[in-house]
Amino acid sequence: MEEGHSHSDAHSAHKEGFWRKYWFSTDHKVIGLQYGFTALLFLLFGFGLMLLMRWQLASPGVEIPLLGALTPEMYNQFGAMHGTIMVFLGIVPLAVGAFGNYVVPLQIGAPDMAFPRLNMASYHFYFWGGIVMLSSFFVPEGAAKAGWTSYPPLADIETMGQTMWLWGMVLLITSSLLGAINFIVTIIQLRAEGLTFFRLPFFVWAQFITAFLLLLAFPPLEAAGFLQLADRLLDTSFFLPSGLVTADGPLDVAGGGSPLLWQHLFWFLAHPEVYVLILPAMGIVAEILANNTRKPLWGYRLMVYSVIFLGFLSFIVWAHHMFITGMGTTISAFFQVTTMIISIPSVVILSALMITLFGGSIRFNTAMWFALGFLPMFGIGGLTGLPLGLAATDIPLHDTYYVIGHFHYVVAPGTIFALFAGIYYWFPKVTGRTMNETLGRIHFWGSLAAMNGIFFPMLIQGLPGVSRRLFDGGLTYSFSEGVLHYNVIMSVSAFVLLLFQLPFIINFFMSIKRGKKVKKSNHWEATTLEWSAAPTPPIGHGNFATIPTVYHGPYEYSVPGHEQDYCPQEVPIALPTSDTAKSVES
Amino acid sequence: MQIPYEVTARPDTGVNNAKLGIWLFLASEVMLFGGLFAAYVFLRIGADAWPGMMMYGTETMAERADQILNVPLATLNTMILIASSVTMVMAWASLKMDRFNRYKLYMGLTILLALGFLVVKGFEYGDKFDHHWYASTNNFLGVYFVLTGLHAIHVTGGILVNAYFWGPGTKLWKQGTARDKAHFTNRIEVAGLYWHFVDLVWIFLFPTIYLI
Repeated sequence: MEEGHSHSDAHSAHKEGFWRKYWFSTDHKVIGLQYGFTALLFLLFGFGLMLLMRWQLASPGVEIPLLGALTPEMYNQFGAMHGTIMVFLGIVPLAVGAFGNYVVPLQIGAPDMAFPRLNMASYHFYFWGGIVMLSSFFVPEGAAKAGWTSYPPLADIETMGQTMWLWGMVLLITSSLLGAINFIVTIIQLRAEGLTFFRLPFFVWAQFITAFLLLLAFPPLEAAGFLQLADRLLDTSFFLPSGLVTADGPLDVAGGGSPLLWQHLFWFLAHPEVYVLILPAMGIVAEILANNTRKPLWGYRLMVYSVIFLGFLSFIVWAHHMFITGMGTTISAFFQVTTMIISIPSVVILSALMITLFGGSIRFNTAMWFALGFLPMFGIGGLTGLPLGLAATDIPLHDTYYVIGHFHYVVAPGTIFALFAGIYYWFPKVTGRTMNETLGRIHFWGSLAAMNGIFFPMLIQGLPGVSRRLFDGGLTYSFSEGVLHYNVIMSVSAFVLLLFQLPFIINFFMSIKRGKKVKKSNHWEATTLEWSAAPTPPIGHGNFATIPTVYHGPYEYSVPGHEQDYCPQEVPIALPTSDTAKSVES
Repeated sequence: MQIPYEVTARPDTGVNNAKLGIWLFLASEVMLFGGLFAAYVFLRIGADAWPGMMMYGTETMAERADQILNVPLATLNTMILIASSVTMVMAWASLKMDRFNRYKLYMGLTILLALGFLVVKGFEYGDKFDHHWYASTNNFLGVYFVLTGLHAIHVTGGILVNAYFWGPGTKLWKQGTARDKAHFTNRIEVAGLYWHFVDLVWIFLFPTIYLI
């Protein structure tokens, strides 16, 4: 709610020109920033919900200042909304909406997105989807409580907050559909002269595949959302089995539906969604690693093929989230196999990024530190996922804190670190100023330690089987006795993490006004078009004085015989004399 | 600032931006209705009886969908929609031949046919309500109402778009330059692609829900 008010309040005071320029803008860069600011606020809000929950888990029943003791209903609301907000309102809009919008047109030499007004619409659908989600906290009996997965039959018989959740999701899905169409058309149609598909920066490839995932995976969830809305508003029983009894007695519905149907439709979206969360992050890390090792990305084509393969495969792994639903061993066997196969392209990409480091003369700046932090953290996240992909090991671990630890390693110190890296890396592009390096390093090392303090104990807690949804953190279960003390470590780490975000927030706002001005447009001496062809900071609509022509691949760093250690894409590689060229070849 | 390939096709891809965009949108629509059809299959496989315990006529238990649903009316609606797809193509072809009045006629017909479809649909729904058959009665009727309802929303969306291009949207054509005319013609083509898709969804819905 808070950003909704601050936005509309701040804007109503100004005249129409201001509205048009900053609120109803059709410039991809302004829309990218709108996405960025809104998503960062949502991330902070979702983080706040998590802090309240962690308070409760470390000290069950102890009153929180100003708020009082958490009730189980509030805890469930916070849990459901933390997941929803982080995934659909925080990370995806930041990774795709903000970075994709701002950087992709610049990197491909386009004057704007292919459909600028559609782009504006998709931001506004996102914004209002977020407002609907947040306002659901204020309806009778509060926001959705059925988890971010909204499993029926619980979600079907939930209070009004669940209906709000569904309407919010319909708006968010519309937003990402419009955005996905826009990205794909832009990348296919508006590439500059000479920028063939295999000359696209890896970040653009990652966004391209991500857009396809959003385009094709979200509609089935929309279908499921409509069916659940019908269940709630028209009293159908698509997801309600016959003979369901609640605390208020037998449910007065026709029955004959299937809760499992929701899970299939939901995970058909939500597994590709995992790759929507991770691919843009890999793209950002690839850009930063190549730039700061001053080397070409190792195995660029291999990475592109891997990301395409990964995109296809992500549509046929969804039921590995459903091993304990009793859907049958044959189906489980199929999804185990596809799940094991999909780990191959992820490992290929991660290995290629690691090998890129080998033999490079690495520049350690904050962006690079975050990108380097991404590699092992995503590695832990990925490897801890393997036991969950096999039915035999998944059954005891299902719905425990082990699962929570696993996917948070992927998304929090994984994706969020990559997003921070992107902010530090492209900040000079947006503002013409750099962020403070000292504060940046405090931010990095503090966050790295705190994140591991939160998420590693979760992996340990999950092994004896502490469930992810316990209001008291496992206090009443004897099997959690040995691991209960980790709750305190995790919660303290969570507040430490908050503390270490302060340098970032200070740094961010201070650098906008007071940061060191960049001396030249191409501050990082990068090769991709957004740095070399477009001015820094970019001027309004139009991006380029003249649309550049591209002569070679995206990562021509340290070309032997070339006088600089980088060769921008719009400059042909011209070796000094034919003699040196020959001597290089031999 | 001019976005490239708004009207003319990009040489190496062979399409303009809007046409690629609408095809992508239709791909997502395929997934939307695909999800719904999949849900239908899933529910029907798990059901004890389909259409379920429902009386039709006086005392007989319904055994087939066509005993509950009105197949003649749905057949009529199928023909109405196919006819509207034909007039939609004629509207686009008229623009290609630079015959604007013909365009107005055919586009007007398309809109009227689509409205006719909704009126027939309304009668069908009304008849079900008279029998006290609602979406909540059982999953057979739930699927019927939700799937045809979502399709009807798509029809309504198409009517709104086409009405815009029949009325205020024609301003672009009337500006009169060759580029404007080409641009307007492209828009009608894109609207037509959407309209044919809505038609196609019905072609799948009709046998799936009414006949089998």
